Amino acid sequence: MDLDPVLIGRWQFGITTVYHFWMVPLTLGLGMLVAILQTVYHRTGNEVYLRATKFFGKLFLINFIMGVATGLVQEFQFGMAWSEYSRFVGDVFGAPLALEALLAFFLESTFLGLWIFGWGRLPRAVHLGALWCAVIGSWISAYFIIVANSWMQHPVGVELVDGKPVMTDVWAVLGNNTAIAAYTHTLFGALAVGGSFLLGISWYHLYHRRKDGIDTVGPDGKVIVGESTDLPGRDKTDHAVWIKSLRIGALVGIIAFAGVSITGDVQAKLMFEQQPMKMASAEAACHDGTQFSVLTIADPSSNDCDGVQNIFEIPGLLSFLAKGDFSTPVHGVTTLLPEYQDRYGTHIPDDPRYGEHAGEAINYQPIMIVTYWGFRMMIGFGALAAGVCLIGLWWARKGTVPQSKWLSRGFLLAITAPFIANSAGWIFTEMGRQPFVVAPNPAQLDGVYMYTQAALSPEVTPGMLLFSLISLTLVYGVLMVVELRLLTTYVKGGVASAMPELEAKKTSKPTITDDGDDVLSFAY
Amino acid sequence: MEVLATIWFVLIVVLWMGYLFLDGFDLGVGMLLPFLARSERGKRVILNTIGPVWDGNEVWLITAAGAMFAAFPHWYASLFSALYIPLTLCLLFLIFRAVSIEYRGKGHTQAWKSFWTWAMAIGSAGTAFCVGAMLAITTLGLPLNAHGDIVGGAFAWASWPALLGGLGGLGYAFVHGLVFLGLKTEGDIRARARSWAGRIMLPAAVPFLIWFALSITQRTWLVVPVLLAVIALIGAFLAVRAGAEKRAFALHGVYLVAGLGSVFAGVFPNVLPSTLDPADSLTIETASSSDYTLTVMLIVTVVILPVIIAYQIFSYRQFLVRIAETHIPEAHKVPVAIRS
Repeated sequence: MDLDPVLIGRWQFGITTVYHFWMVPLTLGLGMLVAILQTVYHRTGNEVYLRATKFFGKLFLINFIMGVATGLVQEFQFGMAWSEYSRFVGDVFGAPLALEALLAFFLESTFLGLWIFGWGRLPRAVHLGALWCAVIGSWISAYFIIVANSWMQHPVGVELVDGKPVMTDVWAVLGNNTAIAAYTHTLFGALAVGGSFLLGISWYHLYHRRKDGIDTVGPDGKVIVGESTDLPGRDKTDHAVWIKSLRIGALVGIIAFAGVSITGDVQAKLMFEQQPMKMASAEAACHDGTQFSVLTIADPSSNDCDGVQNIFEIPGLLSFLAKGDFSTPVHGVTTLLPEYQDRYGTHIPDDPRYGEHAGEAINYQPIMIVTYWGFRMMIGFGALAAGVCLIGLWWARKGTVPQSKWLSRGFLLAITAPFIANSAGWIFTEMGRQPFVVAPNPAQLDGVYMYTQAALSPEVTPGMLLFSLISLTLVYGVLMVVELRLLTTYVKGGVASAMPELEAKKTSKPTITDDGDDVLSFAY
Repeated sequence: MEVLATIWFVLIVVLWMGYLFLDGFDLGVGMLLPFLARSERGKRVILNTIGPVWDGNEVWLITAAGAMFAAFPHWYASLFSALYIPLTLCLLFLIFRAVSIEYRGKGHTQAWKSFWTWAMAIGSAGTAFCVGAMLAITTLGLPLNAHGDIVGGAFAWASWPALLGGLGGLGYAFVHGLVFLGLKTEGDIRARARSWAGRIMLPAAVPFLIWFALSITQRTWLVVPVLLAVIALIGAFLAVRAGAEKRAFALHGVYLVAGLGSVFAGVFPNVLPSTLDPADSLTIETASSSDYTLTVMLIVTVVILPVIIAYQIFSYRQFLVRIAETHIPEAHKVPVAIRS
């Protein structure tokens, strides 16, 4: 076979990781929102918040389990496919992974189990505390995994011993400025996902309440809340669940966008210092300058600077993003290339550990079309999500939404925007790091770096990698369909899908009580 | 170096013991799901015995893998890359096991339920087999070269240790699940679990006992813990027969801990022997991280592990009650509020 194992290995890692990171931001963002909803319920006793907690909590769990299942793959596959990488970085990279399991996963999993089964069984404050422990666990886990990833972007806290990084300062690793910036950026990105999720689903329900003639609009445009007798759970409280969730979701989405903008700006400034080539190729900036590219086109079949045409640029903006002023020129690819070649050589060393890549010329320039568009898709879809939140908040100001099928579908579809932004951002930052798996830290630790070509497990063949790639992709694809169908079913069921007692009330069907036995309030 | 690496070796063995003791019964319960109860309500009893706790138990596996990466990166890298194909399968099994618990009850057709029932059973059985095989392989060795990479292709691991450990893991988890169900359920399922455990416990233990006994060839004094394992197993068997379910469960745990303890004590100071040349074996010294990393991780672990165990015990204490069919609420069919 003439397949490049490194390429298949990267596709395998990329697909499994991007997929995993569709579940994760929803877990982080929605989890926090559900915890806040339950806290409000706990404090006010307002049933609206109980219903919102139960409904969005159910959707949270349907998604959570997929994050758990796909996360297992992450913990194993560094050793499986990237054993050379694991051997090289193990002294510093394994620690945050183990800390993540010890300090975060146990907390998250144990207390989530308590929360799921604890309704009506645990004291109310303890039950709420269990959810907070689980959510805080998930937020801690995000921190440790980003510490690990940020060390690959910007290695710190180590010294080279026999050609390998050995950790000397764990606080430097945990306090890596790259990690702090990326962590906060990721959390706001996750909140944007949670916000859009609440907004889109609430909009959909408010629309259907109008369509079914439950809610109507008075002459002043204000909602007149009604009640359905035959549909489960669609009483007056139901309207309050959706309008409150819509507003909370939209507000969180807007705040989150402000958050990602500020933290993203910090990240960009760090990146100009730490990984100048990544930022230059994110900008398709071939030559030094101050201008930010709004649209640049190039021949997609080549990755060199000759075919790049800058169509429209804003002078000064790039300098502002990079350095905070409008005049300092930012280095372009053509300036940076010789610097990289000077520092790290022009060819991959002729060492057997590089396999068939030994002695190859190194291309220090990431695939520009991916970095350029990945960067812009991240910003564009992030802004789109926030814009939708702003419009949604305004449009629903009179207590309901317009009776438009297409608008409702549009708001549902807009839930995907922050997901796309998250994926695009990660694809940009990971592919922008190439050809390094551990990027050099030019200011402090220049000797610590590793080429992706050297990271793969030597004995793992393209066939084995393909087996994993194909089987996991197929299974993930099927599970994606299953998850989306379940989410759809539960969304369509409304609050009653998570609260059987609402239906029981309507049909006055008795909940089973076997003399003296206590029936589980929840069971699988 | 030696002392810290030894402590970490012990800690990782403890994490694997914790995993097999706790998730071991989850896996057994999963395997038993299609067989031990005929009615839907009975199946839900079985599933709900592990409902609140299985995910926390699975974290012991993630932690064991993560701790191997942090403390012995070469062990983690060599073992996991050598077992590329079986671990890929193991991940698929684990994925189906996890998803089936959450999703099984969320659909209402017969096809949906039986799909996830079998996904749970096969996922659990496959996981038990793979984990057992992996642990036997790491103590009995692989054809490793001087760099720590397996020689002989994608299936070079496929030898008798894999089969021995795999069957052992399968048998252990199956019985552990039965003993656990005897402890956690009421009625028919409890009676059936007890009667099945009484019949299958000893034959199911044969592969693990062979694996445990092999450690005596390394260090003669290990005959003591191996004997302890045998006695504990017989004790568990008698306890099952006598209907002393708590004692049976505890003794089945002692059997596991004594056996795994002797196996890893036998292989020490190796962590992954090379069957080609003993000089190429990975040892606690050649595979471990720096003293600094081991110290940092040790401090965190010593502080946090007791806290974890405390809150896991707290979690178990909330769900001490035996589950019977009368505890299971009516299956809730998701209503349709929005028709289009």
